[in-house]
Amino acid sequence: MTEAQATLSKKDFTSDREVRWCPGCGDYAILASVQTMLAEVGARPEKTVFVSGIGCSSRFPYYMNTYGFHSIHGRAPTLATGLAITRPDLDIWVVTGDGDGLSIGGNHLVHALRRNVNIHVLLFNNEIYGLTKGQYSPTSPLGSIHKSTPMGSIDRPVNPVSLALGAEATFVARSIDNDRKHLTEVLTAAYEHRGASFIEIYQNCNVFNDGAFDALRTPENKTANQIRLRRGEPITFGQQGENAVVARGDGTMKIVPTEDAGDRVVIHDPTKQEPTTAFALARLAHNPTGPTPIGVFRDVARPVYDDLLREQVEAAQQRQGQGDLQQLLESGNVWDVLG
Amino acid sequence: MSGTVTERTTVQLSSAVVRFAGDSGDGMQLTGDRFTTQTALAGNDLATLPDFPAEIRAPAGTLAGVSSFQLHFSDQDIHTPGDAPDVLVAMNPAALMKHLDALKAGGTVIVNVDSFTERNLQKAGYHGDPLHDGTLTDYRVHEVKLTQLTVRALEEQIERGELNKKEAERCKNMLALGLVSWMFHRPIDGTVEWLQQKFRSKPELAEANTTALRAGWNYGDTTEAFVFTYEVPAAKLPPGRYRNITGNQALSYGLVAASVRSGLPLFCGSYPITPASDILHELAKQKHFGVMTFQAEDEIAAIGSVIGAAFGGSLAVTTSSGPGIALKTEALGLAMMTELPLLVVNVMRGGPSTGLPTKTEQSDLLQALYGRNGEAPIPVVAASSPSDCFDVTLEAARIALTYRTPVMVLSDGYLANSAEPWNMPHTDELPDLRAVFSFTTEPNGPDGTYLPFLRDPDTLARPWAVPGTPGLEHRIGGLEKEDGTGHISYDHANHHRMTVLRHQRLARIADDLPPTEVFDPDGDADVLILGWGSTAGPIRAACHQLRQRGRKVARVHLRHLAPLPKDLPDLLQRYRVVVLPENNMGQLAMLLRARTLLDIRSYNTVTGQPFASAELVRAVEELAFSEQEVTV
Ligand code: SF4
Repeated sequence: MTEAQATLSKKDFTSDREVRWCPGCGDYAILASVQTMLAEVGARPEKTVFVSGIGCSSRFPYYMNTYGFHSIHGRAPTLATGLAITRPDLDIWVVTGDGDGLSIGGNHLVHALRRNVNIHVLLFNNEIYGLTKGQYSPTSPLGSIHKSTPMGSIDRPVNPVSLALGAEATFVARSIDNDRKHLTEVLTAAYEHRGASFIEIYQNCNVFNDGAFDALRTPENKTANQIRLRRGEPITFGQQGENAVVARGDGTMKIVPTEDAGDRVVIHDPTKQEPTTAFALARLAHNPTGPTPIGVFRDVARPVYDDLLREQVEAAQQRQGQGDLQQLLESGNVWDVLG
Repeated sequence: MSGTVTERTTVQLSSAVVRFAGDSGDGMQLTGDRFTTQTALAGNDLATLPDFPAEIRAPAGTLAGVSSFQLHFSDQDIHTPGDAPDVLVAMNPAALMKHLDALKAGGTVIVNVDSFTERNLQKAGYHGDPLHDGTLTDYRVHEVKLTQLTVRALEEQIERGELNKKEAERCKNMLALGLVSWMFHRPIDGTVEWLQQKFRSKPELAEANTTALRAGWNYGDTTEAFVFTYEVPAAKLPPGRYRNITGNQALSYGLVAASVRSGLPLFCGSYPITPASDILHELAKQKHFGVMTFQAEDEIAAIGSVIGAAFGGSLAVTTSSGPGIALKTEALGLAMMTELPLLVVNVMRGGPSTGLPTKTEQSDLLQALYGRNGEAPIPVVAASSPSDCFDVTLEAARIALTYRTPVMVLSDGYLANSAEPWNMPHTDELPDLRAVFSFTTEPNGPDGTYLPFLRDPDTLARPWAVPGTPGLEHRIGGLEKEDGTGHISYDHANHHRMTVLRHQRLARIADDLPPTEVFDPDGDADVLILGWGSTAGPIRAACHQLRQRGRKVARVHLRHLAPLPKDLPDLLQRYRVVVLPENNMGQLAMLLRARTLLDIRSYNTVTGQPFASAELVRAVEELAFSEQEVTV
């Protein structure tokens, strides 16, 4: 075994910078999970790049001992796209938040996902603008009272998983900051996916929006409300699996007592090419205040943008031969003037 | 071909200006392009000026829908598409209305009388009939039934059912081209060949257009209406291999050349915008050079992708025009802050806001120099002619790679679309860009650490270590960095030092520039015409005319606008008057006044058109010589 292939640990992915999130912030747990996961899957620090935008979550690259780019508000997917297109050898992660990725950068997120660029997008959703000290965000529930909405917000929040599925992302998942095991599973699945992957991570901002995800995070609620999506298994949840997800005649889904469901319980299959079923699952909960699906909604193989572009380059080189500059300049009508 | 039936006089001319004008649907750009190619092959020096409406299909027959193409060709070295045409081809009343004023007194106008219907005259805003009410008395007028002649020439094909009448009529631009080619002794064989190629899959159209072209030639040859034909002998161009090239083509080739000469793969991330899109189109055709083009979802994504690609070690470029550059502003600041080499091309158009998308202007200069938040200096270079776009792009790449900085390349709508003969370089004589940079692969700090902001003492460039390099993992971004280590720093003194360093790095570029070239053959001029960008042609022509009148005028044309050449202030000081014509309201003049405390005299128009040389002659007379004559 050469040195370059030596087994690495979490420490190898940890930079020497002091982590500066607020004490108790959910970001710490996510950072630890990502660092551990990368070591476990055998990723290489030099081949790994973290690209972020602006916001609390976007400090992430500084704490990773990998290549990193802390870019500008909302634009991380664009930098990651240029890098992924030109450098297929790299493993590229975008770290963004609900404001960064869904508000100012919503356009880029949609396009990176639909193009199926080979990047992983981690969207830390805390339903608040933390860095600017507490304004409502595109995922804050209707009526949220924050600094800029003293009488309650009046814009309808976006469901990030629905949006990603609407963009026909080839990998869409959701997890929770403090559920290390689940988060690691989902991150590993994203790591192994070629093409664009999108993970919404519910992240508690204990300073400006504490408890927003208590329905899914606290020990007393989580079993009752986490609808775990497991490939090939019937979708049931609750202490004894007493609740089940079944499909209505119109394709939408609802929750019924398992005993009433019979053989109508939906068997989870994230590999369906059509995103319709995954979308119906995403609509089970709009805001995570009650039973909410977590896990991998969709994981399908589809040609990757950067592969397709490289194939075109190779095809052109095969057809026309490697480009010759003199020949290019002298294309078209050429004439000689003699001295 | 039928023989000559009339005695003709062939007039020898040193130069001629021909303008084709018609409805957008009349194919004037294509006609002009073909006439240009024929003229180039005849050995003339030439310059062209296409002018077309911004609307894709402006209402037919209206003034708004008029599209024109002007060609100036000569047996001399020329620099402009010409001020006033000698020959105007007007395919409809609107074209005549719009362009007659420009025609030289006594010039020739060829009108397509078939389109002079009551309705078309009205649409063009004529109350009477200009063909008969004396409007054209000062000109030599040829009323030609271009449409009817075309349909008649194509009768056989129509009878055979290969064409309908409408399709036949559409070939009338080829008939006009044939006629004008005959007038100027331009060979049409090349165009015949070109038509065969273009309509390879539609042989009936190839035949129809060729027939119309020949019919036009024969019409000139056989009718007695045309007493004069004109000959413009070949120009004495310096020896070499030539082709015609537009600015956008030259710029694209410059980018490919920079990639080949640097050994870096070229990545172009762009969003469609007039008049820059052709660069994206051209590069998309060059995939066999390993060129990757990415049509982004918007202007911001375009430059974002370019920053990402530059971080990854590509030669990266984004191409746009003013409104798009405005959108890229924040990201350009990031590129400057992270000190990554990349190119931003602004093919300037009429502004502000959406402005005049298909017209030319130089009004984005201050945007290029200062249009970012904070102290964010970046190098700016400007092309002075269509073929110069090639050299300027290579120069921009040299600066970007040597000093690790984004560089703005300025072209404009005029350079983008106009063509000139280009004495092509030998590619192995182009600058060797491999020599100006290398990727950092080894630690540069104590204890095997990597310091991403430890600068080269000469160039002040920071090292460029690309992802994938083991041991050099590092983080960059838009927050202020500590000098050397690149760690985030809010330290007051460090921020000041880094700001100064970023300015100094720009100054280092100036240290390396060759002395400014001054055109002053006798060395006794006391008036200087200073310019930058696409005004070079008209300024050269004006300077020539002024000197012929005995005016002692020199000229300097700037390629580097940031940093400015170090010798410029001293140089300007030597002249009694410095006149600076710009297609803006005096942007460089303002800057130079501030920098040099000299009273630079500005001449400014923003008409969407390049300067006419006669206009500049008047301006220089007025600004530099009128007082003198009063006091004498
Ligand atoms: S403001 Fe909220 S999200 Fe930001 S670091 Fe503090 S706790 Fe975390």
